[in-house]
Amino acid sequence: MITREPVITVKNMVKKFGNFIANDNLNFEVYKGEIFGFIGANGAGKTTAIRILCGLSTPTSGEMKVAGYDVFRQTEKIKQNIGYMSQKFSLYEDLTVYENIRFYGGVYGMKIAERKARTKEMLDRLGLTAYENRKIGDLPLGWKQKLAFSIAILHNPKIVFLDEPTGGVDPITRRQFWNLIYEAIEKGITVFVTTHYMDEAEYCDRVSIMADGKIVALDTPENLKKQYDAANMDEVFLKIAR
Amino acid sequence: MNRFLAFLRKEFYHIFRDPRTLVILFGIPIAQLMLFGYVMTNEVRNVKIAIVDHSKDDLSKRLSQKLLSSGFFQLSAIPSSEKDYESLFRSGTVKEIIVFEPDFAINLMKTGKGGIQVIADASEPNAAQLIVNYTTAITNNFIREEFTKDQPPAGINIKVRMLFNENMRDAYNFIPGLIAVILMLISAMMTAITIAREKEMGTMEILLASPLKPIQIILGKVVPYMILSIVSALVVLALGMIVFKVPVIGSFTLLLAEILLYIFLALTLGILISTFVDSQLTAMAISGFVLMLPSILLSGFIFPVKNMPIALQIVANLMPPRWFIEINRTVMLKGGGLNEIWPNTLVLAGMSVLFIFISIRKFKIRLQ
Repeated sequence: MITREPVITVKNMVKKFGNFIANDNLNFEVYKGEIFGFIGANGAGKTTAIRILCGLSTPTSGEMKVAGYDVFRQTEKIKQNIGYMSQKFSLYEDLTVYENIRFYGGVYGMKIAERKARTKEMLDRLGLTAYENRKIGDLPLGWKQKLAFSIAILHNPKIVFLDEPTGGVDPITRRQFWNLIYEAIEKGITVFVTTHYMDEAEYCDRVSIMADGKIVALDTPENLKKQYDAANMDEVFLKIAR
Repeated sequence: MNRFLAFLRKEFYHIFRDPRTLVILFGIPIAQLMLFGYVMTNEVRNVKIAIVDHSKDDLSKRLSQKLLSSGFFQLSAIPSSEKDYESLFRSGTVKEIIVFEPDFAINLMKTGKGGIQVIADASEPNAAQLIVNYTTAITNNFIREEFTKDQPPAGINIKVRMLFNENMRDAYNFIPGLIAVILMLISAMMTAITIAREKEMGTMEILLASPLKPIQIILGKVVPYMILSIVSALVVLALGMIVFKVPVIGSFTLLLAEILLYIFLALTLGILISTFVDSQLTAMAISGFVLMLPSILLSGFIFPVKNMPIALQIVANLMPPRWFIEINRTVMLKGGGLNEIWPNTLVLAGMSVLFIFISIRKFKIRLQ
């Protein structure tokens, strides 16, 4: 389902904090319907880039479009068309599952009937219908993360940004989480994900590897493995980092 | 608009589900009212005294009776000699000893000067001063009543009137002050904590990435506390008027308008604090230290600003409650209007604008 139709275009993106260059002249495109991975060590500039694309931070210079809207001038439009899940956990612990869903539905201006239908479908799929009135704080971390992701795409955004969404959970839960991502792709949502787990890099359609604020490699996992003569993404990453 | 309402509903869930928030919102105002109303009272009531009457004439007996029946004093000891005085004070049995000289009545009739010695326990100087003042006042009253019948009393007769608070009621002091302190607590501290909480939990990022505008986020955070602050202010004001009988002589509408302005100021201060901190704990510590202590100690609530050293007066002038308490007293007790309090009103409005301005600047820097 991957097309060559770009939903994110980034040209010469630069972000400076004083003298520190967090994003040094990034150039890439993300195509509609793909899983685009941003891989790199902590401090490589992944989060800075994702924050800029979500309208949370203003870039120093460059030409960026997200979902067809300009990052400098049309952040409001962008925000309506994206979903975002940060590395810090993003639901309210003292609210129930249902109340959290209702809150985000309200914030994204969803119609009540539409929200209710989607909520039911979503809770059924997650197997959480029985827990609708439980407080988020009482649920295990893996459930919360799956729920947070499902809520981030509840309003059917064009793109969903996931900033290290699977930090701190076991490999099985991570696998389940990725199944949710594939389901989102089938609905036509584009996924932009940052991670430092190399096994997750294998699940992406294309990955861009960042180091010191620059993109040092960008291709499909298969091509990267061929190019660097590596058995897996872990080796690719180690070879590049060296 | 629906987005905003969804946000408001969430905020009320937070407030009513957090026991800590509820304690601050409802427990502290009630505790403070009790504390200032019934515990930290400066009023004289049932002070333990001893009376030593070396004269035992009709006049000295009637004066003793008058003192004891005033309700301010209660007879706790009858020392047999001067040697007992010190031990009575040391053991705390009495706070004051009144000694009539021998031939008190005769001396008073003849020379117009009757000697009464008043010894007070000045290890608590304020209390001692107060007790002595009451004793003197009652005595002067008594003498005046006794002697106006046949002859004018000797010497100069000082008549004191305590304007705006004739009975020296404590409530007249603490109700206007308490409104200022409680509002600062609820509006500023709770706003700072609640915004810091979104930052600490990481939900602020999600909110900022959503279609909600920053102004909607801030308003959504602030409006519930504004409503609760108004309720709290009205409750304290009503309790002050009904239970503690504090009057509102000036315009009630003006008073409410000033209270609203002050709440607005406190909210902007809370927002400002929240732009500097990232955790609830820091928000609480800063609000407690920067707001609570100075608003009690430096605002003129307890200690008059004019008696402070210049350096502290300057600090006190930076404290919003200092200006607001003056407004409250002027409108409630003196019946003053905008004519008297416009400078204070201007200061409060100016501070609000300044806080908003700094907050917006800080917020923009954060986004960059």
